[in-house]
Amino acid sequence: MAEFTLPKNSQIQPGKHFPAKDAKKSRTFKVYRWTPDDGQNPRTDTYEVDLASCGPMVLDALLKIKNEIDPTLSLRRSCREGICGSCAMNIDGTNTLACTKAISDCGGGTVNIYPLPHMPVVKDLVPDLTHFYAQFASIKPWLRTQSPAPADKERLQSPEDRKKLDGLYECILCACCSTSCPSYWWNGDRYLGPAILLQAYRWIVDSRDEDTGSRLDDLEDPFKLYRCHTIMNCARTCPKGLNPAKAIAEIKKLIVQRRSA
Amino acid sequence: MSKDLRNPLARARGLGSAKEGVGHWWNQRVTAFGLVFLTLYFLVTVLGLIHSDYATARAVVAKPWNAVLLVALIVTMFWHAVLGLQVVIEDYVHTRWLEVLSLVLIKFIAVLGTLAGVLAVLRVALGS
Repeated sequence: MAEFTLPKNSQIQPGKHFPAKDAKKSRTFKVYRWTPDDGQNPRTDTYEVDLASCGPMVLDALLKIKNEIDPTLSLRRSCREGICGSCAMNIDGTNTLACTKAISDCGGGTVNIYPLPHMPVVKDLVPDLTHFYAQFASIKPWLRTQSPAPADKERLQSPEDRKKLDGLYECILCACCSTSCPSYWWNGDRYLGPAILLQAYRWIVDSRDEDTGSRLDDLEDPFKLYRCHTIMNCARTCPKGLNPAKAIAEIKKLIVQRRSA
Repeated sequence: MSKDLRNPLARARGLGSAKEGVGHWWNQRVTAFGLVFLTLYFLVTVLGLIHSDYATARAVVAKPWNAVLLVALIVTMFWHAVLGLQVVIEDYVHTRWLEVLSLVLIKFIAVLGTLAGVLAVLRVALGS
């Protein structure tokens, strides 16, 4: 059966408390901690951060914690402007990017921060995305053509056709959507998940691509594609405001379109 | 336990695409669409029978159109139910033998249920 309870060695224990010293405006952050090195269960450490000397975003608070309170905290971050997707994590109950989530937008009280759900954890807030990236590679996410490339210019695309990529090309593969999807939790080994299917659709609708049929062939599978039950967590959680569920519906429509009803 | 030394891509690609699933998806939607009307018809018919006696109810079921629609309802309902249950089992049952066994079992049960329901309507309709 699908596992609904955490295995014994994953059950979260209460952790350390780091109180703020003479803070003007303190806010409490509860952060998931686990390291592979000490054989301990995961725990949640509590940090009180003085917002008077902290930037507005959750990532600012996490970096302040790492820089000034507890340097053992591990997290991924890079661009700090919502374009690299590195700092995707579960903040205040929702998968989002720490760098674009304002602390003031987190509900009152303690801000809970966990790694992306249902992924193997490398350490603390760093999930193992190996399988996710391999699934991305499996859809061959590049322009596939039969016709030779024009000798002296790029492959052309009309403005109308280019418009079809809007709402798709913006995806930064942060994995917020896929890891919010219960279908991906239970069947992520085979189900491609919303992020990868949105990316697949991005190449299917690209007017310059000439391999649509075989892309659809590769997706037509009870598990790879049809595990999507339109739960819509993906669209709700996407920090870029995209709608992977719609892209998946479009793929399903195209697969119906090429057969007899 | 030895470490899985396969390339992650080999694991992600797995056994490849089954190249099916659209039939299931489409049939689930078509049967759902049919059930909207058949269920409405069924409810209206049953509600109309609330204060009638056994003989009247029997006579209503025996009318050709009622019999046809009831058979259609039974077939569509079991068909739709089996498609839905299949999804639930595939989602949650991850022990392979149990999964296959449940999938086959629900199909047998659905076929038997359909046959029993259809036979019941036919016996009333054909009066034997």
